[in-house]
Amino acid sequence: MNFNLSVGLSTYLLVGAMLFCLGLYGVFVKKNIVAVLMSIELMLNAVNLNFVAFNRFLAVSSVVGQVAALFVIVLAAAEVAVGLALVIAIYRTRHTTNTDEFNWLKW
Amino acid sequence: MVSTDFLAITPEIAVAVLALLLVAVALLLPQGARKGLVPLNVFGLLGILAYTVYDFFFGKMGPVFRGMYYHDQFADFFKILFLTAAILVILSSREYIGKWPAYRGNFYALLTAAILGMMIMASSADLLTFYVGLELMTITFYILVGYLPHDGRSSEAGIKYLVLGASSSAILLYGISFIYGLTGSTQLSGIGAQLGSSLTPPIILATVFLLAGLGFKISLVPFHMWAPDIYEGAPTPVTAFLAVASKAAAFAAVIRIYLVTLEHQSFVQTGVALLLILAALTMIVGNLVAIPQKNIKRLLAFSSIAQAGYLMVGVIAESVAGVKGVLFYAMIYVFANMGAFAVATYVGQAQGSDEIRDYAGLARRSPLAAAVMTASVLSLAGIPPLAGFVGKFYLFSAVIHQGYTWIAYVGFVMSMVSVYYYLSVVKVMYLGEGADLPDIPVHGAAKFTMVFTMLITLFIGLYPTPLAQMAISAATSLVK
Repeated sequence: MNFNLSVGLSTYLLVGAMLFCLGLYGVFVKKNIVAVLMSIELMLNAVNLNFVAFNRFLAVSSVVGQVAALFVIVLAAAEVAVGLALVIAIYRTRHTTNTDEFNWLKW
Repeated sequence: MVSTDFLAITPEIAVAVLALLLVAVALLLPQGARKGLVPLNVFGLLGILAYTVYDFFFGKMGPVFRGMYYHDQFADFFKILFLTAAILVILSSREYIGKWPAYRGNFYALLTAAILGMMIMASSADLLTFYVGLELMTITFYILVGYLPHDGRSSEAGIKYLVLGASSSAILLYGISFIYGLTGSTQLSGIGAQLGSSLTPPIILATVFLLAGLGFKISLVPFHMWAPDIYEGAPTPVTAFLAVASKAAAFAAVIRIYLVTLEHQSFVQTGVALLLILAALTMIVGNLVAIPQKNIKRLLAFSSIAQAGYLMVGVIAESVAGVKGVLFYAMIYVFANMGAFAVATYVGQAQGSDEIRDYAGLARRSPLAAAVMTASVLSLAGIPPLAGFVGKFYLFSAVIHQGYTWIAYVGFVMSMVSVYYYLSVVKVMYLGEGADLPDIPVHGAAKFTMVFTMLITLFIGLYPTPLAQMAISAATSLVK
């Protein structure tokens, strides 16, 4: 028997897809707003994994994918900083971080 | 070589400098002297606007920074639009912002930073550049939407916008990462050449993710649920800027990505049917759900969803005429919407309510505001002597020319439906009693904004040629 145990591009893409789905699932079901922000980070990290894996396996001579991952990391950090500031702002008026209670705006 | 490249991005550099200058001035000035921020911001943006208009007609065009950035008339047209919208927002909201605590002086710096993000989006020739511009714009908007101090509704709108906006950015990026994997490039021209016309599952996946991410930003119908909540909770000037400029910036990116990158891709050729259905749904849902709305900001939110549907019709036409229609309509949409929002801002801060029933008798209490609101909503509805009619005519004639007559019918019928809810606002203002509501005299910068937007809306409706000429030359710079 000859199993192919090497870690190839598809393995990374599969892990990326799983991370992305996990993040998307978290955004939809998590009750705590901080957990929702963490789920978004998971989705963005799936993107980073994709970029770096594509760069490593398909375009070894260029660094576009790695640069893209760096950009995403920086912008995700900016996003989460603003996100936590908004969490504090809403906590001051509502005294909760439960997403189910953010229901003043509705149609 | 490099120096000419930097010359091409003069407006962007100037806007960045202005934003930083505003931060510094807001920090250094004593509390009482902060009124000076408004003239500084307005005159700074006016100077940049003048330069951009000059650049539009006489500038040397071409891709710069090794093809990372386009310097063309299409981008310049959108830059003129963003700067005009920002100046109108700042002028119309002076009284509104003046009531905030003094430490809120950074509002103007944030607004200017958002313009920079939009300009980068309109000019980007690379998906990474586009993404950085997009995030600069949306992260700034997260702050601006949640900017009202001690207002739970504003914070709630901010956090909702952040969660939904960040998720949609992640979805967009996931699509971009697959496009990078398929083509080995993030430059639009390189992607277009590499993708070819083969139709494989990864290409479909990447395109659908890209479409979903962009569809969120322009509030295309299955991805529009965020808009009403955020438009209602945000401070009214921010809502105006969000409805007008942020949507136009997203459309600039959509047009460029759609026409430059995906044009030869077979998914788009077969998927036009999908886009047509989304555009039709956007027009139908936006207009029908607007009818029962009680809050003026919510009404304008659904109206702006419907307007995104009209604009999408022009993108689908995939021709010079279609892009010209989109550009023309986006520009008149700025003036019509800014007129309506200038009135909403002013009336909202004067009587502390955005409910439509509190507009009762506005024609008696504030004749100018009522007249401007009427002109604006009639232009949005597309009633003939006003600019909106010409814009819709361009959009629908372009799409009929491509053979999609049924979508034009949907547009006509939905425009008729929109007249109903727009006129119900007018009816409240002119026939309502409103005996116990206060008189609202309009003066200062807000008065100037209202009169200016109304005059421009009338003028373009009667004599659309100059703007149409500009839109045509901008469209031909993109569509070869």
